[in-house]
Amino acid sequence: MAAKDNDLGIRGWVYAGRYSLQRYAYTLQRITGLGIILYLLIHLYVTAQKNAGEAAWAGAMDAVQPLHIGEYFLFLAIIIHACNGFRLVWAEFGLGLGRPIKNVYPYQTCLDRNRIFFYAILAVVFVLAVVGTADFFNLIRVL
Amino acid sequence: MCSDPNKVIDVTKAVQDVILRIYRWDSSGTWGEDGRLVDYKVPVPSGMTILDALIWIKANLDHTLSWRAACRMGVCGSCGMFIHGKPLLACQTQVLKLHADVIEIRPLPNYPIVKDLVTDQSRMIDAHTRIKPYIIRTETPPEAIAGEFHQTEEELVRYLQFSYCLKCGLCMSACPTVASLQEFPGPQPLGQALRYVYDTRDEGFAERLQEIDNKFGIFRCHFAGACSEACPKGIDPAFAIQLLKKEIVKRAIMGCRTPESAGLMPAQQDNAVKAPNVPATPAFTVDQKK
Ligand code: HEM
Ligand code: SF4
Ligand code: FES
Repeated sequence: MAAKDNDLGIRGWVYAGRYSLQRYAYTLQRITGLGIILYLLIHLYVTAQKNAGEAAWAGAMDAVQPLHIGEYFLFLAIIIHACNGFRLVWAEFGLGLGRPIKNVYPYQTCLDRNRIFFYAILAVVFVLAVVGTADFFNLIRVL
Repeated sequence: MCSDPNKVIDVTKAVQDVILRIYRWDSSGTWGEDGRLVDYKVPVPSGMTILDALIWIKANLDHTLSWRAACRMGVCGSCGMFIHGKPLLACQTQVLKLHADVIEIRPLPNYPIVKDLVTDQSRMIDAHTRIKPYIIRTETPPEAIAGEFHQTEEELVRYLQFSYCLKCGLCMSACPTVASLQEFPGPQPLGQALRYVYDTRDEGFAERLQEIDNKFGIFRCHFAGACSEACPKGIDPAFAIQLLKKEIVKRAIMGCRTPESAGLMPAQQDNAVKAPNVPATPAFTVDQKK
C-alpha cells in the first residue's frame, strides 16, 4: 500500500509545534553552536592571511569590517550557548531533573522540575547581555 | 463553568460553530499529490471532543473521512493527531477548550500517511520491539522461578511512572531527532527501555544495550523535551531518556554489568496465617478439572 512520507526533517529542528520555550532552547543551542563555528571559520581564514604578509592581512580585515556588528551577535550567541550548555550537561546526566514520581493527573514532568534552572540561565544571560551590550556600544567600560 | 455544580449543561445543544480544517490525502490521488486541507463546519456543544466532531463529520458531511480510534477514553492510544499545532489524543481534546474558530487537524508528523489522518506507526512499534519490552532473566531461567519476586514500594515507584505508556506515539511526532533521523529509536522505545532497566526483576541491560546505545542511538537525544510535553499519560520520556543515559555512563565507568536483581519470595509459606478480616476466596467460575 502506498503511503505518503510525512517526516518533518530539518524543519522539525526549527519549528515542530506549539511547544514551550524550553523546547525552543534546543533550536537556539543548535543555531548558536553553528553560528559560533561559522565565526571560527571566518576568524581562522582572516588571521591566516597574516602568513601572506601584512598587506594581505590588512586587506582581509578591511573586507570583513562590515561584519563587525557580527561580533556583537557572536557575543550573544556565546553567552546563550554556554549558559544553556551548562544546563544541558547537567540535565543529560540526569541531574537537576528530580526523581521518578507516581504520575497523578495533572502530570508533572522533569521539564517542570528543570524550569527553575532554565529561568536561572535566562537571568544570567540577561545580565551578561545587558553588561555586554553597554560595553560593546561604548556606553560603559568593563575591561 | 465548574463553579456551580448544580448547573445543568445541555450537551446536545450547539454552543458555537467551529471550522475543522482537516488534512485529506489518499493513495489514489483524490486530493492531489500533496493532499489538501478541507474545511468542515461543525456545530459544537459543550464537552464535544475532536473525536466526537470527526464522527459527526463522517455521519453528516463526508463519510470518506478516515481516522483511527477505538476506546474514545484515552487508553488505547489510537487517536493521536496533530491538532491545532500539537500532537494530541483526539478523544481527550475538547473542541471548545482550544478557544479557536478554526482548528487545523493533520496526521501525526514523522509517520507515513496511510490516508487522511491515519498514519503507519510501524516505525515506533518496530523500535519498541527491538528494545525487548519485557522482563529478561539471565541468571535465573524462567523455568527455575517458583514464586514471586520481592520488590519494595520504593523499587516500584522507580519505574512505575514509565510503565503507563499507551504506544500512542505522540512523543515520536514531537521529537526533532525522530523528525530527521530514521534510525533513531525515538522517545517511546527509549523510555520503555528505561522502564525495564529500572525494574529490579530485570537482568536484560547488557542484552538491550546494543539497540539503545549505537551510532544512531540514545545519545542523539539533545533534551529538547518536546516528547514529555506531548505525552498524554505523564510518562515523561525525556526524563526516562536522561536517566538511561546516566545509567549507561555509570555502568560504563563503574564496569558493573547488572545490579543485583530482585530476590524470589519463598514459594510457599505453609505456616502463614490469614488475617481475620479477609473474606473467603470466591468459588472458581471455571471448571478446574479441565
Ligand atoms: C562554555 C562553552 C560551551 C559550552 C558549555 C557548550 C556546551 C554545549 C553542549 C552541552 C552541547 C550539547 C547540547 C546537546 O546535547 O544538544 C553543545 C552543542 C554544540 N556546541 Fe557547544 N558549548 C560551548 C562552546 C561552544 C563553541 C565555542 C562552539 C563552536 C566552536 C560550540 C558549538 C557547538 C555546536 C555546533 C553544537 C551542536 C548543537 C546541537 O547539537 O544542537 N560550542 N554545546
Ligand atoms: S511515552 Fe507517552 S506519548 Fe509516547 S507513546 Fe507512550 S504514552 Fe504516548
Ligand atoms: S480513542 Fe483510544 S486513546 Fe483516543
